[in-house]
Amino acid sequence: MNKNNQKITIQNLILHYSDGTESLQDISLDIPAHAITVIFGPAGGGKSSLLRVLNRLNDLVDVVKLEGEVYLDDLDVLSPKTDVIALRRRVGMVFARPVVLPMSIQENITYGLEIAGIKDDQRLEDSLEKAALWEEVKDRLDDPAVTLSGGQQQRLCLARVLALEPEVILLDEPTSGLDPISTGKVEESLQALKEDYTIVLVPHSVQQAARTADYAAFFLQGKLIEYAPGNLLFTNPQDQRTQDYVEGRFG
Amino acid sequence: MDRDLNLGEMIITRLINIAGYSAIIFVGMIFYFLLREGLPTLNEVNFGNLVSNRWYPIEAYFGILPLLGGSLVITIGATLIAVPFGIGTAVYLAEIAPRWVREILKPLVEVLAGLPSVVLGFLGMLVLAPFLRKYLQLPTGLTAFTGSLLLGGMAIPTVVSVAEDAIDAVPKSYRDASLAIGATKWQTIWRVTLPAAKSGVTTAIMLGVGRAIGETMTVMMVSGNAPVLPGGIRALFKPARTMTATIAAEMGEVATGSVHYHVLFFIGMVLFLISLLINITASFVVFRQRQRQERILS
Ligand SMILES: Nc1ncnc2c1ncn2[C@@H]1O[C@H](COP(=O)(O)OP(=O)(O)OP(=O)(O)O)[C@@H](O)[C@H]1O
Ligand SMILES: [Mg+2]
Repeated sequence: MNKNNQKITIQNLILHYSDGTESLQDISLDIPAHAITVIFGPAGGGKSSLLRVLNRLNDLVDVVKLEGEVYLDDLDVLSPKTDVIALRRRVGMVFARPVVLPMSIQENITYGLEIAGIKDDQRLEDSLEKAALWEEVKDRLDDPAVTLSGGQQQRLCLARVLALEPEVILLDEPTSGLDPISTGKVEESLQALKEDYTIVLVPHSVQQAARTADYAAFFLQGKLIEYAPGNLLFTNPQDQRTQDYVEGRFG
Repeated sequence: MDRDLNLGEMIITRLINIAGYSAIIFVGMIFYFLLREGLPTLNEVNFGNLVSNRWYPIEAYFGILPLLGGSLVITIGATLIAVPFGIGTAVYLAEIAPRWVREILKPLVEVLAGLPSVVLGFLGMLVLAPFLRKYLQLPTGLTAFTGSLLLGGMAIPTVVSVAEDAIDAVPKSYRDASLAIGATKWQTIWRVTLPAAKSGVTTAIMLGVGRAIGETMTVMMVSGNAPVLPGGIRALFKPARTMTATIAAEMGEVATGSVHYHVLFFIGMVLFLISLLINITASFVVFRQRQRQERILS
């Protein structure tokens, strides 16, 4: 991989929770810009934990041990001196279950803009457009966001992140609650978005991982087992465990 | 056997029905009694007198406006104190305080909510009133403001306890979502957590204010008992008298069936109507929100 193209550099990252779970064990991983990097593996592998380190959402959780280094370009993400608010504007996150805020559709987007002090009316339409939702909601922007269907809600969450024009988008099983059609729409948007953004995706199935990955990292019980370009990893895995998992031999 | 089961079912259903209907019947009877004793007022006292601003029953002046005004001033004062402090404390406990602080404070607050009002009134008379008189340089410490302070203080634990539960019940994912787009903790509380807990917080306020309106003892002990129509902000620092206090103070020494007696019941009717109205408004608000939520969940 081309070194100049790295967006996020993770070196020897270790994370333990206060209950003793060693959720990330010595992870080193370089995430390239303008590509979809997929992080996949069985439940409890540490995928969500890793994502939550990247935008410091883990600050709120009982973490007893956090070592190693994470750089976003030249920014030392884990340094206590880092401005977390500014970091989170550069690194947006979409969660497994769509969490629309208790406001109208429009306000769900403008909330983030307002707190960031951005006054740009065009961003509302642009972000909904990019999340492939504009056509469906343009006539009902003032309805409560909870009246949208699950799939629409998830795309609204994506739009909410896009409106802030972050550099990196983290998605944690964004389609786990969606039907195949909505899933298809979200995946399509992601393919279009990778031109402008760095995307880190935790897929909800191996199939989705294979469909979307430019690069894929296989996590198992807190360890990074294998990391390779998607077309290589899914067709010709180097590690036996990766192969077993990709071929569906354990879940 | 089947028959027995049905019989048992039937008896239980009947009992529950009777219990339910009896509640309605009791309320109906209370209302009937109030009307029977209160409505004659409209014949016996002319309307002009009733809405005048002089309450002096011995000389047949039955203006209830000062009492209404007294209730209003004291209740509004109490609400203005109880709502910000109550919700502020609830937010602190639910969102900011470390766990151990919360585990100590929450039960303490709940104990406070059960404090008998006479005790508070007593403290108010002996401690708060002299203090206020001295530091605000008032002719007397027994004022509407004293009543408001105490009532507000009484309502705070109720507001805190109910509102804290509501805020705590907001899913963590809402906070994460807000923080993840770069909101500060405070923006998240104000724009996301509190709005999400809106219906619970509304209930908390209604319960707290409801307690303040219905409270008699404390108010009677510390508000100075002067039926004067409040005019402007200064009225807060003068003695006042509420409707509840008037009924409690005068009912004991009035001749049954006299005009004065009927007027006191009339005041009771007015109180009943006011609390009915407040309750209806509150349940309307909560009901509409619940309807919306149900539509969302279905
Ligand atoms: N807040 C927490 N406190 C304690 N332990 C945690 C916490 N969050 C996660 N863990 C533990 O850390 C390990 C990794 O969890 P994580 O959520 O990162 O896995 P995951 O790969 O995202 O799994 P899934 O596919 O089920 O989402 C698990 O053993 C989990 O129990
Ligand atoms: Mg996860």
